Amino acid sequence: MPTIKAGIRVAAAFGGALLVAAATFAARSAPATDAEVDIDQFTFTPQRITVKPGTTVTWTNDDDDSHTVASSSKLFKSKALDTGDKFSFTFTTPGTYAYVCSVHPYMTGAVVVEAASGSNAAQ
Amino acid sequence: MTSDHGDERGVSRRKVLECMTWAGTGVLWTVAGGVPRSMGIIGEARAAEPSGLTFLQISDSHVGFDKPANPNALGTLEEALNKISTLPVKPSFVIHTGDITHLSKPAEFDDADRIISQARLDVHYVPGEHDVLDEDVKLYRDRYGRGTKGAGWYSFDANGVHFIGLVNVVDLKAGGLGNLGNEQLEWLEDDLKGRTPSTPIVVFAHIPLWSVYPAWGWGTEDAARALDYLKRFGSVTVLNGHIHQIMQKVEGNITFHTAMSTAFPQPAPGAAPSPGPMKVADDKLRSVLGITDVTFKRGQQRLAIIDQPLQR
Repeated sequence: MPTIKAGIRVAAAFGGALLVAAATFAARSAPATDAEVDIDQFTFTPQRITVKPGTTVTWTNDDDDSHTVASSSKLFKSKALDTGDKFSFTFTTPGTYAYVCSVHPYMTGAVVVEAASGSNAAQ
Repeated sequence: MTSDHGDERGVSRRKVLECMTWAGTGVLWTVAGGVPRSMGIIGEARAAEPSGLTFLQISDSHVGFDKPANPNALGTLEEALNKISTLPVKPSFVIHTGDITHLSKPAEFDDADRIISQARLDVHYVPGEHDVLDEDVKLYRDRYGRGTKGAGWYSFDANGVHFIGLVNVVDLKAGGLGNLGNEQLEWLEDDLKGRTPSTPIVVFAHIPLWSVYPAWGWGTEDAARALDYLKRFGSVTVLNGHIHQIMQKVEGNITFHTAMSTAFPQPAPGAAPSPGPMKVADDKLRSVLGITDVTFKRGQQRLAIIDQPLQR
């Protein structure tokens, strides 16, 4: 939780589109692939996901209750997702994107879009 | 209802059984001396005299919900409304403490209206977080927001009791609890100004105003400020929903009470991995859904709060 909270604070302070400057740079750059986040038992899994720019992240609600996926910086917000509903957003700009379920705001998550040059330093 | 105390031991088995036949079943709660206690079956409610103010609380009807925990939430809402005709005293009005709908869809609001209006009683609403899911947060306000302030808060008076409906389900913060916000708190302070400490106060809001279980968001971040404004009053009753189960707490002159849902139960705090809808055996469902009947009698500090399951 501390890292998520820190991420939210930082994202809020910079309007959400903060660049997480990688301290180290890898020489390679892999193409973006799509990523999935599962919503189950009132938890985003994985809670923090690291992707490359251009990745489309898809959330799927597997709970019997409804949830939303709402960016803390208001960059994206899903409609209320009923059981089985999905929401997708494509991340183009490197940064850390904190989000919550606006129905149950103690459910938090983050998408980390790493710099195009490729680095895992944001982890 | 405290007048029932002295008679409690004198209630014969025969009278108890007699009462059960006409009143259905339910549990009467009375709070005296700071300790909530069950007075047993609903038959005791017969003592509620028509001279007092009686109103009904319903909560968390989640119209539109159709999952295994209750495939027919609209049907159980209708059953809850039908309970009104079995009450010993017809309530003066109804308070709905939010989550009228499950997904804030127009059709869900329509269905809820169609059923609730059958009661032919005034209904005072506050929204739950499930009622403000539409993009512009318009649907709830368009239907129920007339004459309200901000996101839908307001107050009114009935039989000398001051009622305050608060909204703690908008602008929720990450990792956080329910939230009243500065504008609403300032309004509350102003609304209470000039009222005598002897005025009985009933506050109703969706998310509990006391910290039930913060790990599941069951509490309100800035409730302490609201309670601070209320503490000078001799009788304050706080009615909430959201947690789909009965809980009660007394703090000084303030009695907190949460109601059952009319749709589906939720687990006790920490008793499950998440607070999601709890599936119980089909023949048990109606014992964990229900309504709350509240009676105020002048001269008594505490309001009598009676929770009635749809079925024992």
